[in-house]
Amino acid sequence: MHEVAIMQEAVRLAAEAAGGRRVRTLRLRIGILSGVVPEAIRFAFDVVTRDTLAAGAALEIESVPAVAWCAACAAEFPTADFFSECPRCRTVNGGLRRGREMEIASVELE
Amino acid sequence: MCRECGCGLGGGDVKIGGHAPAGHGHEHHGRDRRHHGHGETVILNRSLKEKNDRLAERNRGFFRAKKLLVLNVVSSPGSGKTTFIRETAAQLAGKLRVGVVVGDLATDNDAARLRTAGIPVVQITTGTVCHLDADMVAKAAAQLDLDQLDVLVIENVGNLVCPADYDLGEDLRVVLLSTTEGEDKPLKYPPMFHSAHVAVVTKSDIAAAVGFNRDLALANLNRGSHHAEIFELSAKTGAGMKVWLEFLAQQQAQAAKKSRA
Ligand SMILES: Nc1nc2c(ncn2[C@@H]2O[C@H](COP(=O)(O)OP(=O)(O)OP(=O)(O)O)[C@@H](O)[C@H]2O)c(=O)[nH]1
Ligand SMILES: [Mg+2]
Ligand SMILES: [Zn+2]
Ligand SMILES: [Zn+2]
Repeated sequence: MHEVAIMQEAVRLAAEAAGGRRVRTLRLRIGILSGVVPEAIRFAFDVVTRDTLAAGAALEIESVPAVAWCAACAAEFPTADFFSECPRCRTVNGGLRRGREMEIASVELE
Repeated sequence: MCRECGCGLGGGDVKIGGHAPAGHGHEHHGRDRRHHGHGETVILNRSLKEKNDRLAERNRGFFRAKKLLVLNVVSSPGSGKTTFIRETAAQLAGKLRVGVVVGDLATDNDAARLRTAGIPVVQITTGTVCHLDADMVAKAAAQLDLDQLDVLVIENVGNLVCPADYDLGEDLRVVLLSTTEGEDKPLKYPPMFHSAHVAVVTKSDIAAAVGFNRDLALANLNRGSHHAEIFELSAKTGAGMKVWLEFLAQQQAQAAKKSRA
């Protein structure tokens, strides 16, 4: 995964919101099936924030569980991967509703 | 940091057609000082893919106005992207005009091979970046005379992970699966295979020699790439190329019609 590119975008949006103030905390929301590796994100954060308004900021990552959709049952069900079957009717491939998120949730400024 | 391909540190060393784009400055605010007390929280709730998605939509509108059919060709390293694109362009010669944008981590070998088909090629040296993004494609495409083209093919970096998240503004995402790699790739890399409009099994000429399990591969493709049109071919012998080229010509005609509407 391209955690550095993802992190650069997060820091860009944080700086935009900060308008010259220092960023104290940066909060991300990352789906468990996004492919983004939290340890890699943390490593990238240190590298990307160096010499920016977000240097030294705390990074909080909210992990979003994956939820799939079953069209046959018109219901959601929790899943751990892309190909799980509906626990009710055993249909596969309903499509993910959540779990692929890569978002910046909020920033806390000084 | 990219686990799959070691991508990422810096990212400022992307070169398009041999020119480094203008660098951007960094602000230097120095020291790490942490104040405590009451801070202000700003809610953002914005996707980190939003910027690329916006640029990709802009590309798409631009390509449509130019009546172009645009393909984004993705696969693992070495599945046969360059060979397949070269062969496609060579066989379309005199029928459709093809141009290529090719992303490569370090070399210009692929660009040189593609030029032997007598087509215009722009090379994007991605350095440590493991995927092409919409901005790189916009800059590279600007170096081609798009009014003289019918089909623009983008050869992405060999990587089944990162390119899945970057829309380039293409009409068709084409994923290759060669007979020499695992039949279970479509299940191991779901986002990439699921997002494909076309899945091509390549190197069919050596399928028997490498013990390729065709039924299993097709079953996995039907599961992982269930939106995709599936083709099986050999760019080396030409077997199966005809069906693919007919499909491509049909898609191109549709794209040209759409832009007139
Ligand atoms: N037998 C056989 N070999 C092929 C075929 N297509 C490609 N190859 C060989 O596979 C190797 C890799 O092919 P490329 O076309 O360079 O693959 P690629 O996906 O562009 O590779 P990267 O850009 O490095 O990711 C080369 O040695 C090709 O000659 C085919 O249809 N049959
Ligand atoms: Mg290649
Ligand atoms: Zn990567
Ligand atoms: Zn169900």
